[in-house]
Amino acid sequence: MNSIPISWYLILSAGLFSIGLFGVLARKNAVAILLGIELMLNAVNINLVTFWRYNNPAEVTGQVFAIIVFAVAAAEVAVGLALIISIYRNRNTVMAEDIDLMKW
Amino acid sequence: MTTMQVLFLIFAAIILGSAFMVVTTKKMIHAAFWLIVVLFAIAALYAMLNAGFMAMVQIVVYVGAIAILFIFAVMLTRKELLDRGPALNANKSIAALLSLLSFGGLYMLLRNWSGFSNMAPALPEGDMVAKLGEALVTPDAYLLPFEIASVLLLAALIGAVYVANEARSE
Amino acid sequence: METTNIIWLLPLPPLLAFFIIILFTNKSNKLSHIVGVSAAALSWAGAMTVFFRSLSVEHFGEHPFVDSIKWLPLGEEWLEIGVRIDPLSAATLFFVGITVFMIFLYSVGYHNFGQPKGDHDKKGLPPHGATVEENGHKHVVPSVEPMYARFFAFIGLFAAGMYTLVISDNLLTLFVGWEIMGLCSYLLIGFWFAKKSARNAGIKAFITTRIGDVFMLLGLAFLYTATGSLSYDVIFSHDVLHHLAETPAFWGLSAAGAIGLLLFIGAVGKSAQWPLHIWLPDAMEGPTPVSAMIHAATMVSAGVYMTIRIFPLFSAGWDGHALTPTMSIIAFIGAFTALFAATIAIAQNDVKGVLAYSTISQLGFMMAAIGIGAYVAAAFHLVTHAFFKALLFLGSGSVIHGMEHGVLHTGDHSVDPQDMRNMGGLAKKMPLTFWTFLIGGFALSGFPLVTAGFWSKDEIFADAFAHGHMTVFVVLAIAAFLTAFYTMRQITMTFLGEARTPEAEHAHETGWTMTTPLVVLSVFALGFGWVGIPESFPILGNFSSNWFHGFVGHTVHLPEAAMHIEFSWVPLITSLAVALGGLALGYWTYTKPNASANDPLRKLLRPIYHILENKYYFDEAYDFLFVKPATWISEVFVAKMDQGVIDGILHAFGTVSFAIGKFIREKFDTPVINEFIGDGSAEVVQIFGRKLRKVQTGRIQEYMLSALGVLFIIFIALYYLVLA
Repeated sequence: MNSIPISWYLILSAGLFSIGLFGVLARKNAVAILLGIELMLNAVNINLVTFWRYNNPAEVTGQVFAIIVFAVAAAEVAVGLALIISIYRNRNTVMAEDIDLMKW
Repeated sequence: MTTMQVLFLIFAAIILGSAFMVVTTKKMIHAAFWLIVVLFAIAALYAMLNAGFMAMVQIVVYVGAIAILFIFAVMLTRKELLDRGPALNANKSIAALLSLLSFGGLYMLLRNWSGFSNMAPALPEGDMVAKLGEALVTPDAYLLPFEIASVLLLAALIGAVYVANEARSE
Repeated sequence: METTNIIWLLPLPPLLAFFIIILFTNKSNKLSHIVGVSAAALSWAGAMTVFFRSLSVEHFGEHPFVDSIKWLPLGEEWLEIGVRIDPLSAATLFFVGITVFMIFLYSVGYHNFGQPKGDHDKKGLPPHGATVEENGHKHVVPSVEPMYARFFAFIGLFAAGMYTLVISDNLLTLFVGWEIMGLCSYLLIGFWFAKKSARNAGIKAFITTRIGDVFMLLGLAFLYTATGSLSYDVIFSHDVLHHLAETPAFWGLSAAGAIGLLLFIGAVGKSAQWPLHIWLPDAMEGPTPVSAMIHAATMVSAGVYMTIRIFPLFSAGWDGHALTPTMSIIAFIGAFTALFAATIAIAQNDVKGVLAYSTISQLGFMMAAIGIGAYVAAAFHLVTHAFFKALLFLGSGSVIHGMEHGVLHTGDHSVDPQDMRNMGGLAKKMPLTFWTFLIGGFALSGFPLVTAGFWSKDEIFADAFAHGHMTVFVVLAIAAFLTAFYTMRQITMTFLGEARTPEAEHAHETGWTMTTPLVVLSVFALGFGWVGIPESFPILGNFSSNWFHGFVGHTVHLPEAAMHIEFSWVPLITSLAVALGGLALGYWTYTKPNASANDPLRKLLRPIYHILENKYYFDEAYDFLFVKPATWISEVFVAKMDQGVIDGILHAFGTVSFAIGKFIREKFDTPVINEFIGDGSAEVVQIFGRKLRKVQTGRIQEYMLSALGVLFIIFIALYYLVLA
C-alpha cells in the first residue's frame, strides 16, 4: 500500500488532463468536446483524492472537495448536453466549427 | 516492483490508452464507450487510494448517469455522415503541441515541488465513510457546500430541461 | 444771471434748435419754425442783455466781460478757451442778434408756411406752386418749401457758428465758428440740391473759402509757435506784440505783419475780396434769407470782424504815419475790390446779383478802412452795412416772392422772376417793400444825414483824407459814386415806372412775417448812424459825443497820430457829391422809357460793358487755370495711378497668393496630408483590420487555442523572469 510515490499519481493526472485538453481543442464534434472536458475533470478529481491520501488522510476535506467536483461536473454535463441538443435541433449540426455566428 | 505498483501501472495504462481513444475515434458511440472504460479504471484507482466511497460514487454517478447521458446525447444528435468524416479538426497539430506543452509544463512544475517523491502515510483509524457522511451533514463542517451543490444541481436540471425543451410555443 | 454765463449760453439756443429739428421735429413745419425762431429770439434777448450791461461798464475797453475754462492739458500748462465781450464784440452782438432774429422770422413767410403742398414739388428743388380750386375757379398759388424744417435746422447751426465766433476769446474757437459757418454756407447755398447750379455754387463757395482758410491756419500755426498761445489777452499784450513786431519773417515783413497777412487772407476768402470773390455771386443760388444771412448779417461780417480783431497784429509797429506793409496790402485789396465789384454791379440784371456785388464792394470799403488804420470807422460801417444789406436782401426776397406770384398766375415759367428787366412798377403793388427797400438803398448809397450809411461812409472818407491816403480816398469815392448809381438803377428798374411784364402786373405785397423784419431793419438802417456822428461835424456834431467811437474806440489803442482826425470839408463835400450825384444820375438814366429793357450803358460802354457783364471773365480764368488742371489731375492722373498702380499691386498680391495657395494645395496638401497621412492612415488601419479580423472565426476551439497559447507564453516568461 505504501509503495507508490505521489509522483506517479500526479503524472498520471497531468497526462490525463493533457489528453482531455487535446480533445477539447482538436475534436470536431461538440459532444466530443464535452467528453474531453469530462476527462479533464476526472484528472482533477484524481489529483484531489491523491493529495488527500498523501498529505492529510485524517481530514475528510479532500474527499468532500472531490464530491463537490462530481456534483459540478454532473450539472455542467447536463446543461452542456442540453445546449448541444438544442443547437442540433436549430442548426442541424453538432460540428463545433459550423457554429460560428459570432465570426467576423 | 510491488503488486500495487504493477496494478497501478496497468490501470494507468488503461486510463491513458482509453482516454486517447476517447479523443481520437471517429464514431461517437465508441468514444462514449471508451469514456466508460476510463471511468471504471479511475474508480479502481480510487479504490487503490483507499477512497472506497469515492470509487462507488464514481461508478454510480459518472458511469451510471453521466456516461449514459452522453450516450443519449450521441443518439439524439446522430446524422448520416457524421461518423464517417475525420474526427479531428484543422487545428490538431497546434492542439497537440499545446497539450504536450501543458503536460511538460505541469511536470516541470511538479518536479520542483519538494514533496514530489513522498510516500503514502498511514491511514487513520476509524470508519472513513462514516466520517465522510458526518462531515457532509454537520453544519459546522460541510453541510452548506453540500446543500449548495444540491441547489446547483437543481438549477442545472431546470436549465437543461428548459433549454432542451422541444415544443417551444413561439 | 451772471453776464459771463449769458455769454457762454448765447450760441446754445440755435445749436439746440439744430439738433432738435433734425432729430425730433423734422416732420412738422410748424414745430420746426417755432423751435428755430424762438431759439433766435432767445439768443437775441441774451445778446441784448449783454450789450446793455456792457454799456453801463466804465471804460469797457479796459474791463471786458471775460471768462475762461481750462480745456486741454499741455504738459505743464493748460490750453484755455473762453469768452470775451469787449466793445467790438458787444457792438457785433448787437447787430448779429437782431439781424439773425429778423432773418429767422422772415424765413417763415419766405418759405410759404401754411401754403398747400406743391403739385410737382420734390425735395431738392424750389417749390413750384400748387393748384387750388376756389369757387370752381382753378388757380396756382405758391406752395410750401418741401425741405422747410431742414432750412431752419441749417440756419440754426449757422447762427450758432456766428455766435461762437463773436463770443470767443481766442483765435481757435473763432476758427471753429468760422468753419461751422463755412459748412453751413455750403449746405445752404446748395439747399436746393437737385439743381446742378446750386450744387456747384455750394462747392465753389466752400472751396474758395477753404483756400483762404488754409492760409489762415498757417497764420494761426505761425502765431502759436511764435507766442505759445492763441488767446487775445496774450497775443495782443504789449510785450508779445512788440516781440512779434521786432522778429523778422519772410518777404521783408515782421512776424506780426506776416501773421496778420496770413490771417487776412482767410478774411479775403470769407469776405469775398478780390481775388477770392468769385463765390459770392454764385451764392445767390441759395434761398434769399440765406443770402441775407451770409452776405449781410453773419459770414462776410465774420471776415471783417476777424480782421478788426487782429488789427493790433498788423498794426504793430505802426506809428500813425506810414502804413506797415501788411496794412498797405489790406488797404490796396480793400480799395481795389470796392471799385472792381462796383463796376461789375452796374452791369448785372439779377436783382440779387447787384446786391451780391454791392456786398463785395462795401466789404472792400471796410477792408480799406482797416488798412489805413481806421478800424473804428470800419466797425461802424460793418454794423450799418449789416442792417441795410440785410434789409436790401430781404426786400429783394419780398420782390421775388411778389414776382413769383405773378409767374404762377400767368403760368409762364420762362419768365425769370429775379430778372430786373421783367419788373417795374412794383412800388404801387408792394408799397411796404418799396419804402423799406428805398430806405435801404439810400443807406447803401450814403444819402446824407438821415441814413446810417452816410455817417459810416463819411467817417471812412474823413479818415482817409485826414491821414493823407489819397489813392484810397479817390478810389473809394469813385466806388461810392458807382454804388449810388447802381442802387438807384436797381430801385428804378424794379419799383418805378410801369410794369414791363404781365408777371410784374400781378405782383402783390407779401405777408407780415416778411414785411415786419423789413420795417424793423429799416428803423436801424435809418437810426443807427446817429450814434456815430463825429464831434467835429458842423452843427450836428455838437449834440452827440460820437458814442460809437468812444465805445468801440477803446478796444485797441491807436498811436496818437492816428487818433486825431482833423475836420475838413473835402471829404464831406465829396461824399455828398458822390451820393447825391450817383442817385440822381441813376434815376435820370433809367426812368427814361425803354431804359430798363435796352440798357443805355450798353451803348455807352460798348466793349467794356460786355466785360463787366461777364464779371471780367474771372470765373472763366480760374476755371482754366485751376479747376481744369485739378480735375485733370484727379480724373486722369490719379485715377490712372490708382487703377493701374495700386489696383495693379493688389491684383498682383491676389494672383501671387492664389498661385502660392494652389501650389501648396496641389503639391503638398493633397498628396501628403490628404492622401499619404489622411487616407494612408485609414488605409493602414483598414489593412490591419482586414487582416486581423480573420481571428474572429466564431469557433470556440480556436479561441481557446489562442488563449492557451498566450497563457503559455506568459507563464514561461513569468517563470523565467521570477525564477531566474
